[in-house]
Amino acid sequence: MTTDVPTLDSPVFNSAISAKVLTPGQLVWRRFRKHRMAVYGMIGFAFLLVYIIGGALFVTQKTANAVDLQARLSPPSQQYWMGTDSTGRDVFARIIYGGQVSLVVGALAVIIQVTLGVLIGGIAAYYGGWVDAILMRFTESMLSIPQLFLLIVLGKFIGKEIDSIMIFGRAISGSIIIVIFVVGFTSWMVLARIIRANVLSLKELDYVSVSRSLGASNTRIFFRHLIPNTMGIIIVSTTLGLAGAILSEAYVSFLGLGIQPPTASWGNMLTSAQSFISQGSWWMWIFPSLFIVFTILTINLIGDGLRDAFDPRSNRHI
Amino acid sequence: MWSYLARRSAQAFFTLLIITVLCFLLTRFSGDPIAQYAANPRMSAEDKAALRERLGLNQPLPVQYFKWLGLAAQGDLGNSFFAKQPVTKLIFQRLPNTMALMFVTEFFTIIAALILGIISAVKQYSLLDNVITTFSFIGFSMPIFFSALGLLLIFAVQFKEWGLPYLPTGAAVWDKKDPVQYIYNMILPVTALVFVQSAGYSRFVRTSMLEVLGSDYIRTARAKGLTTRAVLFKHALRNAALPLVTIVGLDIPFFLGGAIVTESIFSWPGMGRLFWEYAQRSDYPVVLGILLIISIAVVTFTILTDVLYTFVDPRIKIS
Repeated sequence: MTTDVPTLDSPVFNSAISAKVLTPGQLVWRRFRKHRMAVYGMIGFAFLLVYIIGGALFVTQKTANAVDLQARLSPPSQQYWMGTDSTGRDVFARIIYGGQVSLVVGALAVIIQVTLGVLIGGIAAYYGGWVDAILMRFTESMLSIPQLFLLIVLGKFIGKEIDSIMIFGRAISGSIIIVIFVVGFTSWMVLARIIRANVLSLKELDYVSVSRSLGASNTRIFFRHLIPNTMGIIIVSTTLGLAGAILSEAYVSFLGLGIQPPTASWGNMLTSAQSFISQGSWWMWIFPSLFIVFTILTINLIGDGLRDAFDPRSNRHI
Repeated sequence: MWSYLARRSAQAFFTLLIITVLCFLLTRFSGDPIAQYAANPRMSAEDKAALRERLGLNQPLPVQYFKWLGLAAQGDLGNSFFAKQPVTKLIFQRLPNTMALMFVTEFFTIIAALILGIISAVKQYSLLDNVITTFSFIGFSMPIFFSALGLLLIFAVQFKEWGLPYLPTGAAVWDKKDPVQYIYNMILPVTALVFVQSAGYSRFVRTSMLEVLGSDYIRTARAKGLTTRAVLFKHALRNAALPLVTIVGLDIPFFLGGAIVTESIFSWPGMGRLFWEYAQRSDYPVVLGILLIISIAVVTFTILTDVLYTFVDPRIKIS
């Protein structure tokens, strides 16, 4: 007589066993994929990368920086797909090279931002006491100054003439280095607070005490046990921070404190757009702006998807 | 409550002290304040040295800092090098313009955010919700110069060209006889700002509204037969709008700084433009004065908002 109790080789158990055990990373990826907007964001961002990296194969930087006063302020045409700017430079080509600059500046600034945020927030929480008090008062004071004001003041502070630098055989304005530091130094505060809050609760957990009683050093506990557990937050902040950094670069360059021409960036392309907008030269405004909005939008969508994907409580997307 | 306030105030005091040191160092060394005379052929090297002496720029740094701090504590922010006027006077000339711009903007932002947020929460996942969500994502990703320059191009430049009634490109000066012109000048900058700011706010209203709509007391209200309107506006909105208090409270002090880019694009004579103009000239007393005022406001409002919130929402207790 057979009972209804499943034996070990019954299909119920087999399916349970053969169901693949997923690593946390795979779970995150699975949740991310289910987030429709985030996937669109990723596809959009991929297209953008193809345009600004692939485009460089067809258009040289010389073309992008070539001045042609005869053709200045010409509207989009067969020859100039996105028109020309006030000195006759091809907007289509400048968007390619400006995009590279904007993305690289954003990426490097985010590295500074995340490093500072993780170190300052983590150290404040881990050591506590007066270290915490001083670091957090410093963080608060930086947060109390509106970011654009801070960007301007810091931009003026380290705004010195730096010679052009050669990267991959290309001459790029030295101002790029200043912008990277200015943007990085003015954007780490929120991340520092989040990391602090997380490390504060993590360091009370048993596994940390165990690790300490086994004789692990502070550095080891910090980098090996605490920081990896905040990785989800760090990845999400890095993504959203990239969008913020690109936007900040655009603001500083728009105000003329950032990347200096002839090196193009999406922000400084809009500076000249502003001066000539009263003459109705819409192409100088719309094309760089659309690229900025599109880039920020796709990165924000990806970041949103990542945030949901890293949140273990969000099971709705599985 | 009082011990909480005392602790927060002590923290705030140290935060402000750090801000003054930070801002002083940053602004004092951002360019040479008397560089604007460099091109002046009538000024010899001795004259410049004398000017430095007179402005106190050659004293030891700590002396300069404490002198400035001492005077600032008494409400004297020093004199502008360029305008040769007291900084406080310059600021109070511009402050009303900025306050007018920012409060009108905030008013319309909150209204737009409430309408959009409530619609998308009530009609969650409908076509309308998706459209609003898409627009708020775009607005959220948009630098202010995109909307500002676009509005300027369409409503000021192109409308003029097409012979339609057009709006001014800016340059508002408060003419007491002509408040209509003032409002005219305000339309474009306010629209540009509302467009960008309401994006984030409306997402916020949507989230908190959805949370409230799912709670038990709303089901009770529905079950006892209240109209949808009464449930939404009398019961749900009150609680859903609570978190907005925090956001608005934390945003208000930043209004003092105005909107640098928007004010520059529309030549609005506000604080943002004052800051930007004088930062370019390395006129550090003005820059420093504006930074100090904003940060005092930010630090104060952060505490006020926290305290106020416990009154608006009795469920929150502070310890």
